[in-house]
Amino acid sequence: MPSVIYLDNNATTAVDPLVLEAMLPYLKEFYGNPSSMHSFGGQVGKALSQAREQVAALLGCEPSEILFTSCGSEGNNTAIRAALAAQPEKRHIITTQVEHASVLNPCKHLEKQGYHVTYLSVDEQGCLDLLELEAALTGDTALVTLMAANNETGVLFPIEQVGSLAHDYGAIVHVDAVQAVGKIPLDLHQLPVDLLTLSGHKLHAPKGIGALYVRRGFRFRPLLIGGHQEKGRRAGTENVPGIVALGKAAELAQTYLGDPHEQQLRDALEIGLLQRIPDTQVNGHLLHRLPNTTNLGFKFVEGEAILFWLNKYGICASSGSACTSGSLEPSHVLRAMHLPYTVLHGSIRFSLSRFTQAAEVERVLEVLPGIISHLRAISPFSHEEEDWLQQQERELVLR
Amino acid sequence: MWDYSEKVLDLFYHPKNQGPMDPTPEPGIRVVTGDVGSITCGDALRLYLKVEEATERILAASFQTFGCTSAIASSSALTELITGLTLDQALKITNRDIADYLGGLPPAKMHCSVMGQEALEAAIYRYRGIPLPVHTDDDSALICSCFGISESKIRRLVRENHLTTVEEVTAYSKAGGGCGSCLADIEDLIATVLAEGGSERPSVAEPRDPVQVKTSAPLTTLQKIAHIQTVLEQQVRPLLIADGGDVELYDVDGDQVWLRLKGACTSCASSQDTLKLAIETRLREQVWPQLTVHAV
Repeated sequence: MPSVIYLDNNATTAVDPLVLEAMLPYLKEFYGNPSSMHSFGGQVGKALSQAREQVAALLGCEPSEILFTSCGSEGNNTAIRAALAAQPEKRHIITTQVEHASVLNPCKHLEKQGYHVTYLSVDEQGCLDLLELEAALTGDTALVTLMAANNETGVLFPIEQVGSLAHDYGAIVHVDAVQAVGKIPLDLHQLPVDLLTLSGHKLHAPKGIGALYVRRGFRFRPLLIGGHQEKGRRAGTENVPGIVALGKAAELAQTYLGDPHEQQLRDALEIGLLQRIPDTQVNGHLLHRLPNTTNLGFKFVEGEAILFWLNKYGICASSGSACTSGSLEPSHVLRAMHLPYTVLHGSIRFSLSRFTQAAEVERVLEVLPGIISHLRAISPFSHEEEDWLQQQERELVLR
Repeated sequence: MWDYSEKVLDLFYHPKNQGPMDPTPEPGIRVVTGDVGSITCGDALRLYLKVEEATERILAASFQTFGCTSAIASSSALTELITGLTLDQALKITNRDIADYLGGLPPAKMHCSVMGQEALEAAIYRYRGIPLPVHTDDDSALICSCFGISESKIRRLVRENHLTTVEEVTAYSKAGGGCGSCLADIEDLIATVLAEGGSERPSVAEPRDPVQVKTSAPLTTLQKIAHIQTVLEQQVRPLLIADGGDVELYDVDGDQVWLRLKGACTSCASSQDTLKLAIETRLREQVWPQLTVHAV
């Protein structure tokens, strides 16, 4: 395989060399347990405090409000459980149709336990309707859980408005900010949010480390029960190297916030592809979107086939097509947006990082038009048939 | 990332016989197409056959495919397999022949080979002017409404590919891969088909050596044991072993046959019942009709 052009940073990111450098001593010489009553362990405890401060600084909150977890899924599960435990008399949850599986599946699970869940819809651009949210909120609503930024389209939800509305009804607000942290500024001093999840490997820390923000004063109930670590809020010996890495990654992310590099390259890629490839559209709102993400629908071709061709050129991206997932259904996010099937199966997500180079974007612009036209030559569907296809789809909806 | 064989990747990156066929008729030659799938399902195949009318021989085949890596490779493989065959010979091609030609497909991608077989049949039936056989019609009950899969199609796949689990049926037909509300129906249908006569060995496998039994002369216990062992060895155990299970003959007493199911076969009660029925049907057909199978 030629050298890799990695444009799949919403899936995971490269560990920043400075992050690796920061964590290595805690894998080598400083292996003490921070709970131990000797200075060898105590040294390590100081590193944890520093990391907590670094993460808190990125989010605009207090270090004591940060709880380290193992991953985004743990953060989301913990937050949902904690929110329900804090208001045991309430039985209603509001979320959206486009959440990550680590929110959707716990919600589905809770439905079986007698909870009532509202899954808010999105429009064709992937945006929420605040009126629909307001109509769904009742005094029985325990929790509103939604993402800050969508992993597939990059579309941002209006966290501030959602949070204020939810608080008006006495609901707890949890935000899955796994894709947003480090990519857009978040100020938890200002945001009406009670719980917020982040994951290290999406912002150039390694896999296996995450954090949960728990607003001060929140009646928190732990998911993992055992030792007194994390002030009794999450048992288990701390992943010290991971936590140090996350701290460093957060510090670095803060220095890059507002750097236009990613967005400039993303826009160059997006505009370049739209100009070079006919019958292509952007999936998701053009403005309310992460600066690093573009999700493009190439009509009449299938996503997995595109990915395998890109892979041949060393280009890594991902697709919402059915064939790439374990299931046989295309992406639930794109389907919730009611995108036509012509677009759905041929959707490709490119997600950039601060390490993305202009030459790499150029390379995609060079090879992708040829790939799409090759696959379209093989496809039995084409532009002329589009009216017929849309007719077919309308009939399907009517059925 | 899917683990595709070299052959799949080769035919995907360098497909043979791609593109539409010129429909201009030459004397004595007809071009027909067969369509299967739709853009909503995520894959579709249009097969073109150029047939010499006098001999019914396929002079050339080509395809257009909307689909993933393995769908494109399966289509290309199909065109290579059938070129030069007569229509009757081509009708004998099964999805398994296509998968074998490709050096195998990931289990979840077997439906790509099924699509090839169906497009081939659609084209040949169109050439002959006969309506499609019932398994692509919706005459029989629709089992999976997400992907529009009928009962007869599932029955046929279970029989021809000796499928025994719901996951396999989903991989071969997509049925059950959408909302999942038909999974229980599929499970029932598999049990019914197995009970009706079991799943057949595919036609590509080496010809089976049937155990001929003269029912007129009663068998001695030793003969019974020998015949049962042969059927188990040749027809039952290979299938079970492939799925992580196994079976052994435990005892024979008069018409009562005791079998011990092993490995994956023992993990759930329903599969045990299904298996017992399937093995019993087979043994009754081939050894002696009055026997009853018990699991120990």
